[in-house]
Amino acid sequence: MIDKFEKNVIITAFCISLVFIFSLFYAMGAKKADVTACLPYDKSYETARVNQVDKTTYQIFYVARMWSFEPAIAYIPVGSEVDLFATSLDVVHGFDIYNKNVNLMAVPGGVAKTTIKFEEPGVYKVICHEYCGTGHQNMQAEIIVNYPKK
Amino acid sequence: MMNVSRFLKNVILIELFVPVLLLTVGIYHGLMQVIYRSGVIHKASVAKLDYYQGLTLHGVINAIVLTTFFAVAFGHATIAFYLKKEPGKKATLLSLLLMVIGTLMAAAAMLSGKASVLYTFYPPLKAHPAFYIGTAMLIVGSWVAFWDWVVVYIRWKKENREINTPLAVIGTLVNFTIWFVCTLAVAYEVLILLVPWSMGWTAGVNVMLARTLFWFFGHALVYFWLLPAYIMFYTMLPKLAGGKLYSGMAGRIAFFMFLLFSIPIGVHHQFGDPSIGRGIKLSQSILTFAVAIPSFITAFTIAASLEHASYMRGGKGLYKWIWKLPFFRKDVYLFGYLINGLILFIFGGLTGLVNASYSLNNVVHNTSFIPGHFHLTVAGPVFLAILGMSVFLVSQLTGRKIYMPTINTIIPYLWTVGVLIFSAGLMWGGLMGEPRRTNMGLTYLDPANELYHPYWVISSMLGLAGGGIMFVAGFLYFIVFFGTFLRKRTAEPMIDLPVSESLHPEKRIPIFDTFKPWVALMVLILLMAYIPAISDALNNTTKKAPPYKPSDPTPVVVK
Repeated sequence: MIDKFEKNVIITAFCISLVFIFSLFYAMGAKKADVTACLPYDKSYETARVNQVDKTTYQIFYVARMWSFEPAIAYIPVGSEVDLFATSLDVVHGFDIYNKNVNLMAVPGGVAKTTIKFEEPGVYKVICHEYCGTGHQNMQAEIIVNYPKK
Repeated sequence: MMNVSRFLKNVILIELFVPVLLLTVGIYHGLMQVIYRSGVIHKASVAKLDYYQGLTLHGVINAIVLTTFFAVAFGHATIAFYLKKEPGKKATLLSLLLMVIGTLMAAAAMLSGKASVLYTFYPPLKAHPAFYIGTAMLIVGSWVAFWDWVVVYIRWKKENREINTPLAVIGTLVNFTIWFVCTLAVAYEVLILLVPWSMGWTAGVNVMLARTLFWFFGHALVYFWLLPAYIMFYTMLPKLAGGKLYSGMAGRIAFFMFLLFSIPIGVHHQFGDPSIGRGIKLSQSILTFAVAIPSFITAFTIAASLEHASYMRGGKGLYKWIWKLPFFRKDVYLFGYLINGLILFIFGGLTGLVNASYSLNNVVHNTSFIPGHFHLTVAGPVFLAILGMSVFLVSQLTGRKIYMPTINTIIPYLWTVGVLIFSAGLMWGGLMGEPRRTNMGLTYLDPANELYHPYWVISSMLGLAGGGIMFVAGFLYFIVFFGTFLRKRTAEPMIDLPVSESLHPEKRIPIFDTFKPWVALMVLILLMAYIPAISDALNNTTKKAPPYKPSDPTPVVVK
């Protein structure tokens, strides 16, 4: 039905796909790389705030709207682990932290969540990467990671 | 060779002429975008057309209007040529009218600036109802053509029970089955959710449900673009190279795999979305690798066919045979269009696997890596196959020789150089966080602006250079395409598609010559993949969103 070479190629294609799929699980398990968690939505996510949970754990609740993020600037000490939550009050926005592999959609009526550790001090730019109207290209926020002042 | 009726000839010609005419607007806005984005100009609009309005026109015309019209026109030609039966007049005419009127409505809404919501039209951004109704009419028009082909096919099959259905016909019917099933979701989104909401009859829309329905359609859409090109790769390319198709069976397996796996993978566009569980995302990510397999198979089968063709022409060696292929022959210019598409698709397919790889998607989602990727697919094999075949069909159906045949032979090479530079720039920029769908010239690439981001200067300049070359190639294509219409008629109108014979004798295997079990399996996989996704979107999203105009942060008040 199928010639020898054809069969070998189909088997090889399956094996290559399995390698890719294995890598995907490896990234999830060993490197703790995952996509946004799925949480049911409630009104409390509509209030922008920064919470300190304990000495090295923070929560930032981001609220996006046309055309800004709140909090526009968040201060976090170096070495903290931060739970990021993002929702929107109007249209769909994007939430991308430059150089940090945080990539979420801020959707009205839903909340995206991810956890990230800031090991290096610096100014981390958050940009909206989903078209959200005529002011889309102005939409940016900052996470400033620094050593706490004594 | 087949003579066609005056009626079918005119329908196919209109279905090629209308979208190519609109494509001039689409390609103009492609050029404008690389100019805006690279910061050459710092403006919101040029010639009264806004950046995001232009982006909407670029996406809708190039990716929806051109591709749908072409798929229907090419389907008419393929069905009529291989089954020796012309499609029914009434249905064909109705389909044409719906598609043309729908397109004109949507074009009017976009050009008047009342539908600058991009081709994904994510609510709660609101467009004029004419935009939604127009695109829905375009889609329904393509359904009508498909239903009619099914009738023609069933009649043919009754008369030819023991004859293997031609591969091109299998491909066309598989393609439109995928199209019909996936567009049901977007038709529901548009007609049930968005039209009443944009009219002000309903107050809110469930945004996550709308997004999930859109992507049910949105990824299968790319296979609807791609399969006409695949039909050409299997049934024409080996013949054009002077050889035979290595295995027709491989083509059948590939097409039926596309039928099974094209749709239940749409959630891989929503890895960053809230409200949908990780398990659903992971399983649809894995299913995406299943749909890569038919492309691996195709890559081998076509390469093997070309190698064989080259040996027949005296080619030798492990790699030297490549240079015996007819790259620059004016009489087989279609070869150039198709082979360049295949070369681009190597990169397009591999970058697609990056996008589909679950958490790896966090690196690239909604960055310019994504348009970098899909210009290697939809602006690669898909677009080049459409350009080549449109010139081919116009020349045959009008009985006119091609205008400027040398230029016509060079266009695909020029285009390919342009796309490679363009996509390299966009993907590099994307890895540095450059956002897609953003008028960067206004802020990120304006040195006078406080948001200026110097890292993206070189990458977006590469985008500009590649985009400029693509524009030149597109412009030359318009000269060839419209110029051919203006030449003197020198032959009788006909359709004579290149037909690749099979290298090995192909036995008819009944399971690969029937649709019913495949469609049943397709529906089963689809329900298993999508019932949990839709139920998550419904259960985790309680709030409904009112409509917003893209220019105004306060919702449209419903009176």
